[in-house]
Amino acid sequence: MASITFVLNGKRTTVDVDSDTPLLWVLRDTLGLTATKYGCGEGICGSCTVLMDGEATRSCVTPVQLAEEKTIVTLEGLGAERLHALQEAWIEEEVPQCGYCQPGQIMTAAALLQANPKPSDKEIDEMMSSVLCRCGTYPRIKRAIKRAAQGGGQ
Amino acid sequence: MTSSNTIDRREFIKVASAAGTGLVLAFYLPATADAAVDTSGGTFEPNVWLRIGTDNRVTITLSRSEMGQGIMTSMAMIVADELDADWKNVSVEQAIAHPKKYGSMSTGGSWSIRGHWDIWRKAGATARMMLLSAAAAQWKVEPSTCKTEPNVVLHSTGKKLSYGELASAAAALPVPTDVVLKDPSAFRYIGKRMKRLDTPAKVKGTAIFGIDIRRPGMLFASVEQSAVFGGKAVSHDATQALAIPGVVRVLPTAKGIAVVATSTWAAFQGREALKITWDEGQWATQSSESIWATFAELSKEPGTSGDKAGDALAALPAAAKTVEAIYRAPLLAHATMEPMNCTADVRTDGTCELWVPSQSPQAAQTEAARVLGVDVERVKVNTTLLGGGFGRRLAADYVTDAVQLSKELGKPVQVVWTREDDMQHDLYRPMTYNVFRGGLDAAGELIAWHHRIVGPNSRGLVTGGSKPPYAIPNYLVDYHLKEVGVPIGAWRAVGPTQNGWVVESFVDEMAHAAKKDPYEFRRALLANSPRLKRALEFAADKAKWGSKLPKGVGRGIAAVESFGSSVAEVAEVSVEDGKLRIHRIVVAVDCGPVVNPDTIEAQVESALVMTLTGMIKDEITIERGRVKQSNFDDHRLLTFEEMPKVEVYTIPSTEPVGGIGEPALPPAAPAICNAIFAASGIRIRTLPLGPDTLRKR
Ligand code: FES
Ligand code: FES
Repeated sequence: MASITFVLNGKRTTVDVDSDTPLLWVLRDTLGLTATKYGCGEGICGSCTVLMDGEATRSCVTPVQLAEEKTIVTLEGLGAERLHALQEAWIEEEVPQCGYCQPGQIMTAAALLQANPKPSDKEIDEMMSSVLCRCGTYPRIKRAIKRAAQGGGQ
Repeated sequence: MTSSNTIDRREFIKVASAAGTGLVLAFYLPATADAAVDTSGGTFEPNVWLRIGTDNRVTITLSRSEMGQGIMTSMAMIVADELDADWKNVSVEQAIAHPKKYGSMSTGGSWSIRGHWDIWRKAGATARMMLLSAAAAQWKVEPSTCKTEPNVVLHSTGKKLSYGELASAAAALPVPTDVVLKDPSAFRYIGKRMKRLDTPAKVKGTAIFGIDIRRPGMLFASVEQSAVFGGKAVSHDATQALAIPGVVRVLPTAKGIAVVATSTWAAFQGREALKITWDEGQWATQSSESIWATFAELSKEPGTSGDKAGDALAALPAAAKTVEAIYRAPLLAHATMEPMNCTADVRTDGTCELWVPSQSPQAAQTEAARVLGVDVERVKVNTTLLGGGFGRRLAADYVTDAVQLSKELGKPVQVVWTREDDMQHDLYRPMTYNVFRGGLDAAGELIAWHHRIVGPNSRGLVTGGSKPPYAIPNYLVDYHLKEVGVPIGAWRAVGPTQNGWVVESFVDEMAHAAKKDPYEFRRALLANSPRLKRALEFAADKAKWGSKLPKGVGRGIAAVESFGSSVAEVAEVSVEDGKLRIHRIVVAVDCGPVVNPDTIEAQVESALVMTLTGMIKDEITIERGRVKQSNFDDHRLLTFEEMPKVEVYTIPSTEPVGGIGEPALPPAAPAICNAIFAASGIRIRTLPLGPDTLRKR
């Protein structure tokens, strides 16, 4: 067991867990933040994506020790004060179907817009092709990202 | 759109609110013939609840599962429209499972809207009439001088009262025995792009799926099942698993060996450390190739006759031209993004509560009662949001262990399947081997059709949707069903998904053999199927069938009627360097009245993604009695950049209400395969496409 401290959704947070535990399970089981989803556990599907120091990070393959002294944002924290431009765009475009992959989609898009507020179609394709959606919400995700980017991102 | 506007004798509506608490209407309206409830004993088991609070809120109980198809919103739209409710005051509550009162609570067969269109409308209209009557009584005026606007009753003099103000008075009135349903031209919500009620929570991260359930003191479990179907654990060594911090117990269950722990991760880790000796059982040498060989062998023998007309076997040898082809439809996984899971809390008083992302909460309830040996009434089932269903969650095989473990541990237990468990212990879409023979007369008319299907042991799953919709004087569908030790189940669009592909592909082959245009060839044969014919024509028109295409681009068409709707699709594709490029897909849908056009478009987009995944990505294959694929690296899904352009058109229609969750799947694969043929001359008879399938031989 190790004591690990990070800033989670704006709050300093300390957990006492095995330092190899993937961040995903620390968020979901230790801290009870269940928006971040388990899809594959292997870094393939992107459902578990969170922002770690602003980078899209697959929490299922990120040992919690790598989060030490980092800033973590999950979907619960993204629009806590006021909905993020992406969340508004997601509602406007009615993106989700079952909704299970959507936390990973939104967090990946948030990392994209943070680094590149006006992404080209190709840049959107490249970034978002790493996040799977079994329900097929891809065309709407694309529209929503463009809508959010036009509104100036955030 | 036949809606009787009277409440018949099998229907019951009662006021169920206590005095002064608003209006709660409890309806029993038979959903289907099979939902007949015995009310003779005086018990009244409502299947629709509608509550209008003194705070002006409208709350509707939903007895179907929300799995992304938008039923929560569509149902509310239908009730709210007839009620003349203000949309921003409407919310939906998920029904707790009941063995009888809702009839079948299964969410499948694209049934939710088509099975409840009338009931939900009557529920809303009845409440509206009672509120209006309450206002008229209060004002001492004729009800005919009153009307409703969203959440208010208005009098011609300008007086008005809100539904909230009227709810308690309405509850004291007799329930009307006949109500007038709106003329469709008066619909406020039905037919409009209404915002989905479940979207905000899904976007903010507050939506609760089964896997997100957290109960005080709960434990997490992961179960190692036999990789080979039908295998059993003979013995296990738990020493190393128990040494993992957080692992609480290791014990055998109905499905295999369970590791119970204080976190999901500890349970997964414990599983890795288990040592199990298996008896692999009778299927340990089975492979996809051996199954295909068995099916091919069987296909040589006459099968059990299914749909038929005339005498196909006699007409074939007499035909001027015959065509033969063999089609192989692959095993497919559901691969919902949320893996199977169930949370159970079995209490010492013998009651049990489940939280389960299920398409059939009653199946979950029955299974839990069976495991515990108690009456179903002792099992309370909470249906959570589903992270995808596609038919997989109609079964309750993921409930069994959670119930047993909670009972043994005396605590709430959540069983979570790993992605690998989910991929390797699915109930797959059956693989089928299809032998076709078609005959043309000298004029190129299709006069004979024989389709022999060989598949696993479930008639409905294997032969559903195989009856050709065309006017063929002599046709025969016969089949062999063979147990092959691979669990199968309903996969989105079920029989019509594989049979739609093979039938619509082979019709295309016959059109080309007759040297006729594939669209005109079908059209001429659809005289007796006017609805499907109209969809075909609509799609062809929107796609400008027959117009010139750039060099190398081919067009394909297909039309299938399933789940009460007719759908036709036209694909434009090219094949470059052995690679498929889809330029455009045009989809024409006749699902009768349109509830939410946005949801229809979403369901069609979804159908295309699901179909393409099954066409150009990975199938499920069997090796040494087990599934070879295990995760999204060897069972890939269609990705963002592979999504083609899809144009969706709903056909203005006065046909009966149809489904939309499934019917866009069956025509998708054949439209694309027929376009591949038009573009490249390569006829696709085996899916998925292999890496070299589209290279010119
Ligand atoms: S769950 Fe982390 S990438 Fe799939
Ligand atoms: S919305 Fe269901 S998996 Fe993406």
